[in-house]
Amino acid sequence: MANRTSRWVRLWALLAVAAIAVAACSSGGESAAPGGESAAPPASAPAGESAAPGGSPAAGGEFNCENVGGEVSVVGSWTGAEQDSFLAMVAPWEECSGATVNYTGSRDLAAQLTTGIASGTLPDVAGLPGPGLMKEWYDQGALKPLSFVDFATYEANTPPGFAAAGKASDGQLLGIFTKAAVKGLIYYNKANWQGGDPATWEELNTTARGAVSGDQKQWCIGVESGAASGWPGTDWVEDIVLRQAGPDVYDAWVAGEQKWTSPEIKAAFETFGDAVANAFGGSNYIVTTNFGRAANPMFEDPAGCLLHHQASFITDFFKNEAGAQDGDFDFFVMPDINPEFSGAITTAGDLFGMFNDTPQAQSLINYLLTAEAQQIWVERGGFISMNKNVPADVYPDDTSRRSAEILAGASSAKFDASDLMPNAMNQAFFEAIVAFVQNPGDIDSILSNLDNVQADAYGG
Amino acid sequence: MFDAILENRLLAAILVVIAVPIVLVGYIYLVEFVVGLFRRTTAGRIRPWLWLAPALVFLGVFLVYPTIATVIRSFQNRRGDQFVGLENYQWFFTQNDTLIALRNNVIWVIFLPLLVVGIGLLVAVLVDRVRFEGAAKTVIFLPMAISFVAAGVIWRFMYELDPKVGTLNATLNAVGAEPRAWLVEQPQNNFFLIIVGVWLLTGFAMVILSAGLKGISTELLEAARVDGANEWQVFRRIVFPLLLPTIAVIGTTIIIYALKTFDVVYTMTNGNFNTDVIANSMYQMLFNNGQPGRSAAIAVILFVAIVPVMIVNIRRFQEQEAVR
Repeated sequence: MANRTSRWVRLWALLAVAAIAVAACSSGGESAAPGGESAAPPASAPAGESAAPGGSPAAGGEFNCENVGGEVSVVGSWTGAEQDSFLAMVAPWEECSGATVNYTGSRDLAAQLTTGIASGTLPDVAGLPGPGLMKEWYDQGALKPLSFVDFATYEANTPPGFAAAGKASDGQLLGIFTKAAVKGLIYYNKANWQGGDPATWEELNTTARGAVSGDQKQWCIGVESGAASGWPGTDWVEDIVLRQAGPDVYDAWVAGEQKWTSPEIKAAFETFGDAVANAFGGSNYIVTTNFGRAANPMFEDPAGCLLHHQASFITDFFKNEAGAQDGDFDFFVMPDINPEFSGAITTAGDLFGMFNDTPQAQSLINYLLTAEAQQIWVERGGFISMNKNVPADVYPDDTSRRSAEILAGASSAKFDASDLMPNAMNQAFFEAIVAFVQNPGDIDSILSNLDNVQADAYGG
Repeated sequence: MFDAILENRLLAAILVVIAVPIVLVGYIYLVEFVVGLFRRTTAGRIRPWLWLAPALVFLGVFLVYPTIATVIRSFQNRRGDQFVGLENYQWFFTQNDTLIALRNNVIWVIFLPLLVVGIGLLVAVLVDRVRFEGAAKTVIFLPMAISFVAAGVIWRFMYELDPKVGTLNATLNAVGAEPRAWLVEQPQNNFFLIIVGVWLLTGFAMVILSAGLKGISTELLEAARVDGANEWQVFRRIVFPLLLPTIAVIGTTIIIYALKTFDVVYTMTNGNFNTDVIANSMYQMLFNNGQPGRSAAIAVILFVAIVPVMIVNIRRFQEQEAVR
């Protein structure tokens, strides 16, 4: 009996030693991997400068695909059909470079990349949630500068204002734009809107307010969006600032040099407040209605409203949430408010940045900038190209072709202001919209609170 | 080779399931082997420490070290490369938003335990006298199985403005009243959020109080009734005082829940409409605003607020242990 027990003991001891050895080996393997204790860049990236660039610097021009082999990990916000289109876009590059793209789609880039930076496990190339976070990540040392991109060619091929929006405060290029969205479009149900394309904001309001009857309202607005509630209202205010106070005020506002309590910004909030006062459902409805369902009353019979202000992506929601068909609706660009600033539009775009400086990542980024690459996705639909060399006739539908033309023809295209602001400012702006819609009378305290955040958020 | 194994999640899971117990058991045998090398008296003295060591190491790495690091971080600036004294704390106590969060937490701390214990006690006493006690208790206990996030999503539908979706507004609609924006109207929206917590936690309080109730001897109650006490007097003078230690333990547990409440607020309003709470502002400060220093300061404030409640809780526990 005793003998048997001691045999068991020996067996267990053997197993235990083996297990400890296994644990030690695997933890040894981990510590060899990039350790992300500090905010320092992950150590796995080879010294970037010494790595040979994978593709010739040909941003948007002729792209020489070199056979670099290996693989490149990419994280982006695209899933489903958009993910398929992205993979179709990079397939020719995979073929000529011999490298493999390992793509992961993520619905919450900010959270995924923030935790990735803290733990040191980052993709080589990643979609970035916005210029604000892009700069913060560069300051933390996580994001690598794209010094291999031929900036002059890239800028010449891109609508004005975009290329520079991807730069850090020290002038280094950090993010490139491939996919654009035109903001500040006003959609209508063709069955209910007979006002054509109004030339001015005043004309729009006069026509619309003359056309509504009974309980019908001019606007459909909904600003609920979970943790980002309020953002549809920030688009409103941005469009108004750009058209009412002009691009200079807009830029100063983005840079944190224009106070929120200044007459220009306050006037923009008031113009937005005027639209809210003429919107379907009242303020409680607006703050609790999801942006995706906001336009539903526009397609009901009788229609609850005539117009809906949103970016070009919203048509998917018209079809899926409101049951509208292609051809039921159309849009015009939000008209000028002050004729002095005629032709200004707000836009947004999907940014790409690089966390690990590898030859494959460099080559892929140069490839993504080319018109040939972007044309692949344009033809598949749902993509407005940043590259001017993509011909207009390859767009598969009217809406995207018109959006591309608006983008190319704008006198001044400004990137979404809230996305450019520091994240704390952006978040406070969201919350301020919700508070303002709910209690427009509190405008002064809301704006002075934003001034406090501004003084704080831009400090660094 | 190990990288390849760790990449295969199934293999990694199996490795963990098998290797962890083996390591633990192996550790015990190792300890006994080492202890066996010493004389009996020495062995008796070092054995408890060696047995305790893994737990102490885990506590140190996962609890003590982060706590100390958080306290240090709360005195540093945003980048964590400079000490700024009490600046982060000063910021907390001078901001309108954070003060509202603090106020809301006070509302939570007062009303959540009051409602949970009150309703839990009422239900426990009442179901004690009905035939279908098991069924009644099951129904009330059921929400305990639901996570706070799921409860938040469920109650968002309950409170939805559209009467076609929102249960409460559908009810109002049926009696001809106007629908209301439950989560928007201030300040009562805080109470509508607290109700979600009450719905989740009442079952927990009820089950424990019910068990306490069963522990009171029937002879005692009979004696009181024979002496002419009515039912209210029996409850007030005998049942309630005997349940008091149990009520205190539940109360303090719920107070801790109320202090660290986060999920319900995050999923339902994200702090909009003046419903923010401290834990949510801590999360936002870290993940949205990138302010680890301030976030750490909020964490420390929350920690300091919870410590006295914990001490009371532990005292109670020790007293009960001593009685046994």
